[in-house]
Amino acid sequence: MSQIPLVWYCLLFIALCLYVFLDGFDLGIGILFPFAPSEESRDLMMNSIAPFWDGNETWLVLSGGGLLAAFPLAYAILMPAFYMPVILMLLGLIFRGVAFEFRFKATRSRRIWDYAFHFGSVLAAFMQGMILGTYVLGVHVVGRSYAGGPFDWISAYSLMTGMALIFGYALLGSTWLVMKTEGATQSWGRKCASYVLAYVAFFLAIVSISMPLMEPRIKQLWFTSPNIFYLLPLPLASLGLILGIWRQLCRGAETSPFFMSLGVFLLGYIGWAISFWPWLVPFAVTFRQAAAAPSSQAFLLVGTLVVLPLILVYVSYCYYVFRGKVSQGGYY
Amino acid sequence: MLGHLDPVMLSRIQFAFIIAFHILFPSFTIGLGSWLAVLQWRRLRTANSAYGDVYHMWVKIFAVTFGMGVVSGVVMSFQFGTNWALFSDRAGNILGPMLGYEVLTAFFLEASFLGVMLFGENRVGRKTYFASNIIVAAGTLLSAFWILAANSFMQTPQGFRIAKDGRLFPVDWKQIIFNPSFPYRFFHMVTAAYLTTAFAVGGVGAWYLLRGRHIKQARIMLGMAMIMAIFVAPLQLFIGDSHGRNTLKYQPEKVAAMEGLWKTQRGAPSIIFGWPDQKDEVTKYAIEIPKLSSLILTHDPEGLVRGLDEWPRGDHPPVPLVFFAFRAMVGLGSLMILTGLTALVLFFRKRLFDTRWFQRWCVLMSPAGFLAVLCGWCVTETGRQPWVVYNILRTEQAVSPVNGATVALSFCAFVLTYAVVFGAGVHFIMKLIGKGPGAREKTYGSRGLDQPVLITDPASEKD
Repeated sequence: MSQIPLVWYCLLFIALCLYVFLDGFDLGIGILFPFAPSEESRDLMMNSIAPFWDGNETWLVLSGGGLLAAFPLAYAILMPAFYMPVILMLLGLIFRGVAFEFRFKATRSRRIWDYAFHFGSVLAAFMQGMILGTYVLGVHVVGRSYAGGPFDWISAYSLMTGMALIFGYALLGSTWLVMKTEGATQSWGRKCASYVLAYVAFFLAIVSISMPLMEPRIKQLWFTSPNIFYLLPLPLASLGLILGIWRQLCRGAETSPFFMSLGVFLLGYIGWAISFWPWLVPFAVTFRQAAAAPSSQAFLLVGTLVVLPLILVYVSYCYYVFRGKVSQGGYY
Repeated sequence: MLGHLDPVMLSRIQFAFIIAFHILFPSFTIGLGSWLAVLQWRRLRTANSAYGDVYHMWVKIFAVTFGMGVVSGVVMSFQFGTNWALFSDRAGNILGPMLGYEVLTAFFLEASFLGVMLFGENRVGRKTYFASNIIVAAGTLLSAFWILAANSFMQTPQGFRIAKDGRLFPVDWKQIIFNPSFPYRFFHMVTAAYLTTAFAVGGVGAWYLLRGRHIKQARIMLGMAMIMAIFVAPLQLFIGDSHGRNTLKYQPEKVAAMEGLWKTQRGAPSIIFGWPDQKDEVTKYAIEIPKLSSLILTHDPEGLVRGLDEWPRGDHPPVPLVFFAFRAMVGLGSLMILTGLTALVLFFRKRLFDTRWFQRWCVLMSPAGFLAVLCGWCVTETGRQPWVVYNILRTEQAVSPVNGATVALSFCAFVLTYAVVFGAGVHFIMKLIGKGPGAREKTYGSRGLDQPVLITDPASEKD
């Protein structure tokens, strides 16, 4: 059996993970935006992500494009299944994306773009969370097509996961602020982070408990011996990290809360991936069934293995160019 | 009532709307990206500070345009799945990797170095900054390479086989990428993008000259634009003609629709204007030049040109749309060549920068490139109908299992959003043009800063 589909599964996993990490913090900034203590803070917040947001969003395009390239069947089923939330997410991303340029060029209409940035970010995050929740509940498939209705994505559960992701991104955004700013903005970011952290812990607990309860397949995976011993470190480490973030925030640490928050996301993400292995469309199509023609997967893989490390190098370079604290053009 | 809405037609309208909006931005950024690199090079090589002023003005416009291109482009990458799921399933093996390569080789490059280009001028060395200019320009061209390869495959597919279930499987990637229409389409589009930018920039320069503002910078804009009009506009005529003959060979019914030619004949006339009637299959009120069509297409006045009657009715593209869009494109192209010729004459009379009627004309011509690009895409895309992959997959078989009402809803949402967002974008671009080059405006925030407040540089900022 060719291992190329597995390699692609892992690559897509990484691409989506990087998207969630990177766009996560800049969507989080948008979510927190109107609550900032001052106009200066808002300028700082926006400027701390202005050089990066575009590159961060490219990981979403890569995840979508990669899914089409490597697993066209999964793309063809999932996209119609999530038709409305995907479109709403895109509209949200449009509003927040243009706000970066428009806000600084606007004079009278500036307020409008502040809110476009905020509500666009909230909408995008909420829809991504709802897509996640709907994914967990499963997608109705007949043959090679989506066979559900246009509103299958709305349920109490998906509303909950939507809220959860808003808080999750807000955690990334606020800890990013703790890392990249100083003074009033930083202490506000710290306060936000500690509030948001409690919600994140709450939602993480609900999701972790509900997933195995709702789906017997997941329950069996997690709660049978010896799996349980291998998998137990995951929730324990998450708990440890959350407590760690709390402690670090109280101690006044600047960079560790952000990276520990990324750790919480990573663990949750790994747990999610384990729960659905090897399904790509939950409980209908596995990643091997959805795989593109071997020659298609191989053709793109060759380029990816060459280009992706390069991308990681120059993306890191760009983060390096804009290293350090964002400031109001004042003191250091 | 809503159940009667046709998801195929609505998806087509939605896609046409979204992609027509989107293509305006890349057309502009492909040209601007390269031009900004040239300006930066001139700025580094000469002592003329006007190049720097022009650069700084247009890099801001580039940023706004690029931002709108990005957000409308993200929408594109999901449309294939949300609205054309069966197309994705059938042709994903082939189109997926090409789009994947576009993201990997172009999008990341553009997005990352755009950040340096917009915010990093004082944070990196001059050489690194110039390098990021070139990288962004190259990124826009790479992106054009892959997306036009994908589109050209849908026009002139080759290098694949069809499985029993109707899915396409790649056989030879070199043939798939370098399919017969690709080189023509690529050069035609890139040249079109350069001309689009040239006429937009030239129009702005001419407007400043008319107003007597920013004379030094305006001369650079108009002058460089006219160099493009003089040399590249005629070149585009040649490329377009080659592209047309390539289409005649591989998609003859598209050419028949462009010509409004219903009957196969020798010594076919060229219809200058008329009214193609799809129902009666005749072009009414035609003003024609005898034998010209045969002469242009086959280089022989008695050459055989195939009319639409060679194909079953169900395979005809919407002829009027193709017919009129083609004429509009050619008309705009001719006006561009004419503008270039006039500029050449004025240049030799040393009147290029002070002829007022010519400046007014250039202002009038500033949207010409955008319109021509839209018309050109309209010709090639509607001319391919009723196929989405030419002669392989029909558009009506490519649509997603979504109902018409859902698509109608999303279409309305897109129209509203795009109207607001891109209306505002155009407004801000106009504002930047109004301020002109060299203005020390408070771009970033309202706090008197002329660059974003980013990271404190301990060397330069001691407070």
